[in-house]
Amino acid sequence: MGREQLHVETLSNARDQGSFMQGVKDCIPTLLGYLSIGFAAGVLEKTAGLSIMEIALMSILLYAGSAQFIAAGMIAAGSSATGIIITILFVNLRHILLSAALSPYFRHLSAFKNMLVGSLLTDETFGVAINEAAKKKQIDEKWMHGLNVTAYLNWIVANLAGAYFGQWIANPEGLGLDFALPAMFIGLLVLAMMSRLQIRRDVLVAVCAVVIAVGVSVVYPGNLGVIVATFCASTIGMVIERWK
Amino acid sequence: MEVRWDVFLIIAGCALVTFLPRVLPLMVLSRMQLPEWGVRWLHYVPISVMAALVGQELFLHEGKLAPLLTNVELMAAIPTFLVAIWTRSLLGTVVVGMASIMVLRYLFSIL
Repeated sequence: MGREQLHVETLSNARDQGSFMQGVKDCIPTLLGYLSIGFAAGVLEKTAGLSIMEIALMSILLYAGSAQFIAAGMIAAGSSATGIIITILFVNLRHILLSAALSPYFRHLSAFKNMLVGSLLTDETFGVAINEAAKKKQIDEKWMHGLNVTAYLNWIVANLAGAYFGQWIANPEGLGLDFALPAMFIGLLVLAMMSRLQIRRDVLVAVCAVVIAVGVSVVYPGNLGVIVATFCASTIGMVIERWK
Repeated sequence: MEVRWDVFLIIAGCALVTFLPRVLPLMVLSRMQLPEWGVRWLHYVPISVMAALVGQELFLHEGKLAPLLTNVELMAAIPTFLVAIWTRSLLGTVVVGMASIMVLRYLFSIL
């Protein structure tokens, strides 16, 4: 009996390792994207005046492309800590949707294990995971860890590489590096809109958000504009949807 | 190689507000459901926050409305948007955006 149990355990261990490695392999197609965006984030953080240790800390603790870009830009602009943190919270609210969409596949796990799965969730790993779920009707926990950890390590390496090379970039504006951030926002906005089939309503919400953000910011300089615009425009979208 | 105290606080605060939205739904939603209006409101947050940030970046210069005719950021945004729609690649969009602003700044500097 003891031996049989041992046998079963080694079998399931081997299978666990196999699915972890499969998760690592399934992450590979996204690695180039991580490396380049992470590299750009590292350069930007460096030119925003952050030290290599601060950049390492940021990529390890924050681990979010858009949030790091924004935090770096706002630190460089001398924004208040509260303004930065509230803006980052809004930018990250989309993760609630991603995390909620994955929750049915991890119901059998404890709250702690769900926390481990969620703590390394990104737009890209979500994309890979939800595809896997569509194919196999389930997501293996070990596979998910393989996917998440690979993306995470890549991100940290890319950030540090960008920070290292950023030291020698004296004039980031001459290279158009300061436009990397708005360009990424444009990319994320367009990708978010194209992935859902309600372009007209989304464009309306986006136009409202732009007008409110610019209008409020002209009167009250700082980050209040983005916060008020996000709140109002999302509410407008919600109300219009209910109307129809 | 140092970590400044105020920067550390900003990083820690940002890390917390990044961690919670990632983790809480996975931990909690196996036990309860979000109300329908909440799901719908959240559905619009990615669009409105990105649009608000884009709007601020493109139309404002040091807190003031930028003059339209010399607004290179706004002009560079046109090819950037087109490439984003056409290729749906985040990397391609960023590269084209940076190249566009470089070219536009050069043209404006020699004109």
